[in-house]
Amino acid sequence: MAATVGAPPPLPPVHPPEPLRPAPRGDSLRSWKWSHRLAFATCWACGLALCAVTAAIVVYMGVRGLQYLNFELLFSRPQPGLAQHTTGGILDPVIGTIVLTLIGIALAVPLAVAAAIWVVEYGRPAPLARAIESGIEVVAGTPDIVIAIFGLAIFQLPLFAPLSFTASGGGVFGRSFLAAGSMMSLIALPLVFGATREALMSIPAATREASWALGKTKICTIREILLPQIRRPIGTGAVLGMGRIVGDTAVVVVLLGATLQIERQGDVPILGDLRGTGSTLTSYVFNASPAGEGNAPQKAYAAAFVLLLIVLFLNFAVDVAGRRKEAGRA
Amino acid sequence: MSAHDHVADPFLDDAVPPLPPPRRRIRLDREPAPVAEPNGAPQRRSRERRTGPPAPERMRVDRLSVLYGSHRAVKDVSLPIHAGEALALIGPSGCGKTTLLRTLNRLTETTAGATREGRVLLDGTDVEQFEVTALRRRIAMVFQQPNPFPMSIFDNVAYAIRVQNRKTPRRKDLEPQVVDALRRAGLYDEVADDLGRPALRLSGGQQQRLCIARAIATRPEVLLMDEPCSALDPRSTAVIEELIGELRRDLAVVIVTHNLAQAHRIGDKVAFMYLGDLVEYGEAVQVFEDPRAERTRDYVAGAFG
Repeated sequence: MAATVGAPPPLPPVHPPEPLRPAPRGDSLRSWKWSHRLAFATCWACGLALCAVTAAIVVYMGVRGLQYLNFELLFSRPQPGLAQHTTGGILDPVIGTIVLTLIGIALAVPLAVAAAIWVVEYGRPAPLARAIESGIEVVAGTPDIVIAIFGLAIFQLPLFAPLSFTASGGGVFGRSFLAAGSMMSLIALPLVFGATREALMSIPAATREASWALGKTKICTIREILLPQIRRPIGTGAVLGMGRIVGDTAVVVVLLGATLQIERQGDVPILGDLRGTGSTLTSYVFNASPAGEGNAPQKAYAAAFVLLLIVLFLNFAVDVAGRRKEAGRA
Repeated sequence: MSAHDHVADPFLDDAVPPLPPPRRRIRLDREPAPVAEPNGAPQRRSRERRTGPPAPERMRVDRLSVLYGSHRAVKDVSLPIHAGEALALIGPSGCGKTTLLRTLNRLTETTAGATREGRVLLDGTDVEQFEVTALRRRIAMVFQQPNPFPMSIFDNVAYAIRVQNRKTPRRKDLEPQVVDALRRAGLYDEVADDLGRPALRLSGGQQQRLCIARAIATRPEVLLMDEPCSALDPRSTAVIEELIGELRRDLAVVIVTHNLAQAHRIGDKVAFMYLGDLVEYGEAVQVFEDPRAERTRDYVAGAFG
């Protein structure tokens, strides 16, 4: 082989290898197909429209509500009257809303959590577990007015006379905070049940086995290990359920009497109030609106704004709870 | 109060700072743990080898079969489990080792469709005769994945000691027992400064030692371990292997492992299972160096599995 003398031959110029397909030069809308552009624009438009609707509701109700809402309105009892300035405030509906929500959720949470624990942790015989699940689905899908009418039929039975009051003729009235609250619990129950069931199913089986292997019974494992872990999801479900109860009108109109003031039955202070009738913000808004008997639209706006605030607060609470849960996982 | 103590105590001088708490020495700090090659000339730490008279028999598995539905996961297995020894169950995946282990403390019966034939005896009594909760306090178990509960270190151990969910004994009275369990599991010195720390903040190896502490807190007679090191790094594995070597002086250890070298290091007796059958059972040296069965020889030589 002949040795080359002098400077080595220049290296051939280095070319970067050709890419298999040309790199995209920026993901610009202009390079998209027309159909993709249309879909993209539609998605944006729908999202913005929903935001606009929400904002419109909140802003409009806020403007109208704040216009009429004042301290006196919030803390004075409603009165029957023909002129607007004699009809009083919305204290009773606010109290009614709070009381009814508390009764409903206090009944719904234990029931729903117990049912979910049974379905997930025991669930034998399996057909019964399936029946419970579909039963709760049916309850979730039942319109609230149907639940209300059903409740009226139930609570007018003589058996449930202590829950409301008995008229002079012997007929049971069937309308009270207790009656409405127990039917309201049916409205909140599916949400709490679903949240609890999902949370229980997300706990790995190894956690349960670890506890069983320490010689703990199933019920002890549930109390000491599982329940503390699902406290937050249960809370989220309960708050969602409270939102549903706060917003429900049908049950209030049918089962709570939708009377303007909280009307006590008997002389016992708290129990008498619970056996009595009353109203919530929803029924108050309905009655005060031009559609109802009160014809006090300004007060309807104020009450609706208060209702909106309560619901927004509950949604916010769910959000915060959910975010904390994620932070706890990380 | 502490200032007063300082003055009163003549041994505590300001010039001499108090000694740091003693740390448990980890083998790897001085020399790497020998990795025994199962098919070469195996090196074993001879001091770990149990010597002396044969240990008393703690458990006996007698013609045990376990079925999942119609699938027979364990077939007619009989073997003794001796106190003060470690029994290593080896074999390829899906050969029934874990099922056998879980049957010893009746954990298979929590699986739907599992049935059992034959007997498992603890001190001569069938395990079916015991209250299942009492049995599991005597036959503790450590799982493959470290699975501490999402509570504090203290509560994890205290939960195991308490009978069901009784609130008595109270935290204060439990503290000696909790500390003792953590100490025996070799974890105490690392966590002593704050037992209220969440257990899930510990490292994987620490979590597994917490699980061991939890398991041995009730002073069980048998400790079942289902591949306790398979989710851990080599250093934590070495710590836990050393720990098992210490623990088995007080109790019978049954350990399932895929790691032949580990079985060789810590097992006094080795049982080789294959497709649900117990192929070979014997002293670790005998099984690894002079296996009687063809399948055992192939397996320990790394030919299959």
